[in-house]
Amino acid sequence: MARAVSNPRKALNTAIAWGIGLLIFFPILWTILTSFKTEAEAIANPPVFLAFDWTLENYSVVQERSNYMRFLWNSVFIAGGSTLLGVIIAVPAAWSMAFVPSKRTKDILLWMLSTKMLPAVGVLYPIYLLCIQLGVLDNRYALVVILMLINLPIIVWMLYTYFKEIPGEILEAARMDGAGLKEEILYVLTPMAVPGIASTLLLNFILAWNEAFWTLNLTAVDAAPLTAFIASYSSPEGLFFAKLSAASTMAIAPILILGWFSQKQLVRGLTFGAVK
Amino acid sequence: MGRITLDKVRKAFGEVEVIPPLDLTIEDGEFVVFVGPSGCGKSTLLRLIAGLEDVTAGQIRIDGEDATMVPPAKRGLAMVFQSYALYPHMSVRKNIAFPMKMAGIPQDEQNRRIEAAAKALNLTDYLDRRPGQLSGGQRQRVAIGRAIVREPAAFLFDEPLSNLDAALRHGMRLEISELHKRLDTTMIYVTHDQVEAMTMADKIVVLQGGVIEQVGSPMELYRAPRNIFVAGFIGSPKMNLLTGEEAAKRGAHTVGIRPEHVSISTTDGAWKGTVGVAEHLGSDTFLHVHREGATDPMTVRVDGEFSARHGDTVWLTAQEDQIHKFDADGLRIA
Repeated sequence: MARAVSNPRKALNTAIAWGIGLLIFFPILWTILTSFKTEAEAIANPPVFLAFDWTLENYSVVQERSNYMRFLWNSVFIAGGSTLLGVIIAVPAAWSMAFVPSKRTKDILLWMLSTKMLPAVGVLYPIYLLCIQLGVLDNRYALVVILMLINLPIIVWMLYTYFKEIPGEILEAARMDGAGLKEEILYVLTPMAVPGIASTLLLNFILAWNEAFWTLNLTAVDAAPLTAFIASYSSPEGLFFAKLSAASTMAIAPILILGWFSQKQLVRGLTFGAVK
Repeated sequence: MGRITLDKVRKAFGEVEVIPPLDLTIEDGEFVVFVGPSGCGKSTLLRLIAGLEDVTAGQIRIDGEDATMVPPAKRGLAMVFQSYALYPHMSVRKNIAFPMKMAGIPQDEQNRRIEAAAKALNLTDYLDRRPGQLSGGQRQRVAIGRAIVREPAAFLFDEPLSNLDAALRHGMRLEISELHKRLDTTMIYVTHDQVEAMTMADKIVVLQGGVIEQVGSPMELYRAPRNIFVAGFIGSPKMNLLTGEEAAKRGAHTVGIRPEHVSISTTDGAWKGTVGVAEHLGSDTFLHVHREGATDPMTVRVDGEFSARHGDTVWLTAQEDQIHKFDADGLRIA
């Protein structure tokens, strides 16, 4: 909606927006900067902002000490796998809730959301025991399933809202045109919901990538993703902030780059309803 | 082929019965119009036939085969929706091809039928456009194209013209009638517009509250409405309904006189009245005349050249043989 905004007012708004943006981005920027400092400079007081001897030493040490690629691959596998599996399960679920709702649909949606309010640590013990019983501790596939289950409510919710925006008559038209359930979802519903599905995929990939509680508690060596990689550099007695920062930067870099390139898609997906 | 039989079909949404048990037969090749005020169940009835709603009880047969539990995709019917319901992510060509793709028709045959349909519907130049780039009338034609290529047993139209402007509506009405003559396929058409019903139908089904009030050809309904509801619904402007003394004189509870069956005179006649609003259509004028001692004005059709000013005194006389008589229950007295 067009509103008359004066120029100074506009400049002020821009300044405030940049201010808030920088405030949010600052910890990440600080981490990246610290990763290029020596350990001494990293803990210097007062802190140095840019005027320090830039060094790549931390990165080479981190590379030498641990196998970054293995952690990276585990992260990609777990985040990607859980997101894909989640969407495959959530598309039909969201379809049924959006287009053939029953009296209990709203309750089911709320119940699913309520599981997100449960403190994860409350179910750590049973899930840990289950994993031991099933022999899947430190197993990538197990983490794929667990993270998928954790994020499933969000995936279903997001897809449900996108699907609700699609006029039911179009799906009915597909049915009249001879499409079965599979064709209806494959050829009509999914292509129409692509922006929504894309942003759901992306958001859940990020959530799964950042998930630390379960990945730290249920992995040791084989299935450890980048969160475990970062954690291995934080030690209670040592002050290796520079190396920790280098490890963190390496862990967040892939997702940061992915997010940067897909921000348009992400924003479009999150505002899908508004641009129908 | 497309003979559709509804046998004691009933539909309820939870506790609410929208269609009490209903019987109806639609013959092969017939153009049937379901007409009635909004909420009369006409769209629900169409959706029951389409299979988009499940019947609560009763049986639907298509060409003699029980189709009650058959999913919409397998009924062999095509439907044109009020909102057109085109697939926005597909080109016009792909939209039209979609039902054939679902039916597994070979590509050559698909192309042949798309070209033929596009030619018949003036869509050849638009085949590679998306629905979003088309006007309302073009979208409607794409929706019709999508329906005809699969050569269905019957076409179902759900108020297909209500989103179009008046001029376009008239044009599309003719096109659909033309299409029916050419394809000779059963068509079921839902509308709340009695003009559409009268001009297009072989057979009109008048519905109210989920109940069929009357089934018949347009002229049967016009000449011999079975009850007051049909009498008032069919015909434009509405039939004049008189109760009280005038009705009692003719041995009825209510009498109905169409505006075209009242003659007007400035000198003498049966009823004296004053002229109210005049609606000029050019060829005809509809005068609303306030009869002495009556509350509602009487609508009278006069020649477009007839001159009468607001407040003029006129005399009205009904053609006695054209008066419809109804009893206290609103049913026609033969």
